[in-house]
Amino acid sequence: MKTFSKGGVHPAENKIAANAPIEVMPIPKKAFIPVGQHLGAPAKPVVQKGDTIKVGTLLAKGESFISAHIHSSVSGKIEKIDHWIDASGYKRQMIIVGVEGDEWEESIDRTPEIVHEITLSKQEIIARIKESGIVGLGGATFPTHVKLMIPDGKKCDVLLINGVECEPYLTSDHRVMLERGEEMLIGVSILMKALDTKKAMVGIENNKPDAIAHLTSLAAEFSGITIHPLKIKYPQGAEKQLIKALINREVPSGKLPIEVGAVVNNSGTALAVYEAVQKNKPLFERVVTVTGKSLAKSANLLTRIGTPIAELLEKTGGLPENSGKIISGGPMMGKALTQTDIPVSKGTSGILVLPDEESTRPETLTCIRCAKCVQACPMGLMPYHIALLAAHQKWEATEKSHVMDCIECGSCQFVCPSARPLLDYMRVGKQTVGLIIRNRGKK
Amino acid sequence: MNNVILYAVVSLGAISIAAAVILYFIAQKFKVVEDPRIDVVNEILPGANCGGCGFAGCRSLAEAIVKAGTLEGFNCPAGGSDVMNKIGDALGLQAEESIPMIAVVRCNGSRTNAVAKVQYDGPSSCAFAHSLYAGESGCPNGCLGLGDCVTACTFDAIRIDEETGLPVVSDEKCVACGACVKACPRHIIELRHKGKKDKRIFVSCVNTEKGAPAKKNCAVACIGCGKCVKVCPFDAITLTNNLAYIDYEKCKLCRKCVSECPTGAILELNFPPPKPKETAPVESATV
Repeated sequence: MKTFSKGGVHPAENKIAANAPIEVMPIPKKAFIPVGQHLGAPAKPVVQKGDTIKVGTLLAKGESFISAHIHSSVSGKIEKIDHWIDASGYKRQMIIVGVEGDEWEESIDRTPEIVHEITLSKQEIIARIKESGIVGLGGATFPTHVKLMIPDGKKCDVLLINGVECEPYLTSDHRVMLERGEEMLIGVSILMKALDTKKAMVGIENNKPDAIAHLTSLAAEFSGITIHPLKIKYPQGAEKQLIKALINREVPSGKLPIEVGAVVNNSGTALAVYEAVQKNKPLFERVVTVTGKSLAKSANLLTRIGTPIAELLEKTGGLPENSGKIISGGPMMGKALTQTDIPVSKGTSGILVLPDEESTRPETLTCIRCAKCVQACPMGLMPYHIALLAAHQKWEATEKSHVMDCIECGSCQFVCPSARPLLDYMRVGKQTVGLIIRNRGKK
Repeated sequence: MNNVILYAVVSLGAISIAAAVILYFIAQKFKVVEDPRIDVVNEILPGANCGGCGFAGCRSLAEAIVKAGTLEGFNCPAGGSDVMNKIGDALGLQAEESIPMIAVVRCNGSRTNAVAKVQYDGPSSCAFAHSLYAGESGCPNGCLGLGDCVTACTFDAIRIDEETGLPVVSDEKCVACGACVKACPRHIIELRHKGKKDKRIFVSCVNTEKGAPAKKNCAVACIGCGKCVKVCPFDAITLTNNLAYIDYEKCKLCRKCVSECPTGAILELNFPPPKPKETAPVESATV
């Protein structure tokens, strides 16, 4: 069975919510819609305090090249445009909407019929995706329309769809593939048309046999789409690892997948593309997995962007007494939150609640040079070395050790017998070195 | 047998003479002429290599001073005016009068003033914590208390107070080299005039949020009300981004702003305690 060759780990899967069907989350009373929900420059608000808006109204425009539009997920009145805490731990600009009713923009097609025929041209599809504010829903939130604009001289010969969901606990993509499989595959066909490619491969890890069987039977109807079961290994859902696993090509350091003729999109993104192109529905809701061993129930909730996390936790039976950490995302790459009134954004794939005993970090010991982290690193880096350099703020040496190739998967920290905070060091190294490189470019 | 020894002595002797001649000419050709005064200045400098003067180390400063031929614009914060005067005497130059400076920690968010709402268990470094979240109290500008400034200080002049969780600068040991200023990811530490008898007044807050959210996280936050700006007779206080700042060049240490501040964000250091407390309420009542 296919997989990527270098490194990788296999954490306990804990896919508790795998059998919980997607539920529709009630509309919040107040929505907090961040203007920066994507990789790149935050969008600029185009509405004002007191404006009446509907579901799907454009709230903020992404003006720079790498940016995305933000649409309203609720109908009502804009209470204020203020700063509010988000998953980054800091306050960011948000549009705060007092919800009244649930009135949608007329242009959105709300009928349940599945539209198969793709009438739009290649350019129109990309324009529609841009207008709909679609970003990669796997977690990195890279604007999708930028991925589809292939630079001159390059050609995409295969579209890869990421249905791996290698992160433990998370099941939102799994449920989307099972319940919205047909729409998702139409989304894949749309992406193929936009990319001018005849071939699409969907990679799914072998721990989702039901999704593999379901999509394989559906894919027979679609030309060019094939489903590929993959061996279970973390971080297979990372772009470069998926390319290696599916088509055995290696993306050069510092380059994008298009360099090797591939474009990768998430399965959730494919569904969003279908909804945007066929139903004219901008991206304002997504499936969020709310899970944890201590929760009364785990669920996959179709949530409007801007719903405070506290409401999601309430829906799943409230926050247990002994909760040590609430994590946005999965346990490997997710980020601990400081408050529960942080809203769901386009990149929130899951909310994970860990009890006290699971959330405390073990005592950090000295590095014993066992090189387990080097073996585990899927990018072929030396995490122990880079972490040491970053800890001593030797940024030049950190850069030379290819810190920018780190995909922040956390495999190194997962295997470290001394429980060293390797990922934390790598992240700070990446941030600082990235800043140095950008400043260098300005001069 | 004797011949072997003779050959060896003669050949090695010839080689050594040839090498000596070559080395002599190369040494003449590539001779570096160094001003002897650099060594003199270098001897006077403290040799801490703290970088506070803006140069890589003491020798770099010595080279720069000798090259420039003047003391204007040069200052050794670690040595102070004593060292600069000595250098002036040695070189026959006039040293600039420098006002002593000191590092000032502009945050009073102690464990009681800014109560922790979450617990941080990541690596013990401010730079790392700063990249992750706002801080245990929720103040996005406040001191994280993990001691990056302590690590940066080469003079052992700064330490974290166990009780408050905030850095404390020693009046005696701090030489105002500015290493902690650079190390602080939140730009809390500032170099200010040391003041006569170490008397200083400064706004002990760098929070730029609006009043209500700032006060929510910290009892002694500057809320940007502007009362101190109005009361200051010397126009020393400015208000930008909801944050008051006292210009130490203009401040005459009259202490009117200290009693005016509704949150107690303005701190006065090393003033005699009993007397002003009687006069302070009177002043505020008359305003």
